[in-house]
Amino acid sequence: MINTSEILQTVHMITEEKLDIRTITMGISLYSCIHPDSRELYRRIYDKITHQAERLVPVGEALECEFGIPIVNKRISVSPISLIAAACRDPLTAARAMDDAARETGVNFIGGYTALVQKGLTESDRRLIDSLPEALAETERVCGSVNVASTRAGIDMDAVRLCGEAIKALAERTKDTDASGCMKLVIFSNAVEDNPFMAGAFHGPGEGESCINVGISGPGVVKRALEKEARGAPFDVVAETIKRTAFKITRVGQLIAREASSRLGVPFGIVDLSLAPTPAMGDSVAHILEEMGLEVCGCAGTTAALALLNDAVKKGGVMASSQVGGLSGAFIPVSEDIGMINAARSGALSIEKLESMTCVCSVGLDMIAVPGNTPASTLAAIIADEAAIGMVNSKTTAVRLIPAPGKEVGDEVEFGGLFGRAPIMRVSPYSSETFIARGGRIPAPLQSLKN
Amino acid sequence: MEKKNQAVVTVVGRDTIGIIARVSRELALHDANILDISQTVLSGLFNMIMIVDISLSEFAELSEALTFLGEELGLEIRIQRSEIFDAMHRI
Repeated sequence: MINTSEILQTVHMITEEKLDIRTITMGISLYSCIHPDSRELYRRIYDKITHQAERLVPVGEALECEFGIPIVNKRISVSPISLIAAACRDPLTAARAMDDAARETGVNFIGGYTALVQKGLTESDRRLIDSLPEALAETERVCGSVNVASTRAGIDMDAVRLCGEAIKALAERTKDTDASGCMKLVIFSNAVEDNPFMAGAFHGPGEGESCINVGISGPGVVKRALEKEARGAPFDVVAETIKRTAFKITRVGQLIAREASSRLGVPFGIVDLSLAPTPAMGDSVAHILEEMGLEVCGCAGTTAALALLNDAVKKGGVMASSQVGGLSGAFIPVSEDIGMINAARSGALSIEKLESMTCVCSVGLDMIAVPGNTPASTLAAIIADEAAIGMVNSKTTAVRLIPAPGKEVGDEVEFGGLFGRAPIMRVSPYSSETFIARGGRIPAPLQSLKN
Repeated sequence: MEKKNQAVVTVVGRDTIGIIARVSRELALHDANILDISQTVLSGLFNMIMIVDISLSEFAELSEALTFLGEELGLEIRIQRSEIFDAMHRI
């Protein structure tokens, strides 16, 4: 029998410490939709998604009500569209079908406008990357991603260059809303096939027909636990406290994932053990790091603190779930974390420090606003740097940059809701033009002699 | 895991006369059977936890009715399936 204090602890975590399920994401394979005729492709994609995900939102809402825990997002991910639209040579049709299906099913985002090009570009991949600015600017809910590197294949520098240009063009197309389109585009190294989090979610080629992946949250719960149980204590105690808390959070994620899967009749995929912040007070990963004793996130010691946090969350979560996957690590999206926003605003947190932080956590340079006049080649070079970190360290890294047109360092952009707001951060003013113009591939790294 | 069809009702707020009566009445109206009650009043703060059997209840309607009652009484009333507590605190 559960006792009173345990019941009150759970209720308190949900009501006061903002424990929630960040997302239930249904992965749907679109291989059966492939067709050379674009009208037929549209119809097949629309029908398949709306049929498969028909009950996703109502079931998610019923779970929220019955278990008394908010499920912030219900989302869909689909097979990489560069594969699905290869035969009809028109990826934009697929984007429209995805957008219309997302609206019909009531999900707020649908991911999978994706190309996997770590080893090279097919004609279809190139068409998809070229179409990214138009597809993401003109649809409301479609998210795109490109995997440009992997530990086994190296970095495709032609794709990196194209992605830099695509981000720039997308920013221009959505300049009226401070380049908001760029929030929907992620450039990956070592992308995972079962990530439930947007904007980088897609239903990988190795996945089954359909599955339910769940992303948990809970930075507020971890911070409160550290305040109560580990203030002033050595790091061993800090790590133990985070592990215990992560275990509890993940058990809830596992429960919701199992329930969603059984009610929808779709196999359970994975629970993603990520600490995902929101701009709300008390829901910040940066504040956890500061609770460990840093004056402000970004000062010396931040990388070590984050390494501990990231590892302890995984150790606690792994035992709580039967299947762990996705990105599984602490997220550090600047605009979506009030502690990061303040640190960036005060100048304590730089892109260079964020880059080193991405060496020890999921997932990369995320939701960072940079000056609107940043050249495409510099954006591409930042992508290359981040891809290199992922490639060499055999981990996922990603870049989601927002070059807000007309904005300079000192300005801020406001995205609203969960996306928050971002101070424009300084990027190196020196040119990477000649470096990016080379193209070709950076070879895959050696897997021994690891120093 | 076997479905237990049990839920936990938590009531927190300022103590007034008749809280248990009103909550119990609402549960009875929605065919929820009370299995256990634990209640304390600490410096004027009323705190009650009920374990109820909801096999015969329509969950969404019951939940809505309790939320409504909570607003009327100026209390925080929540009902959650018991599995979430088991998941978090028992291996």
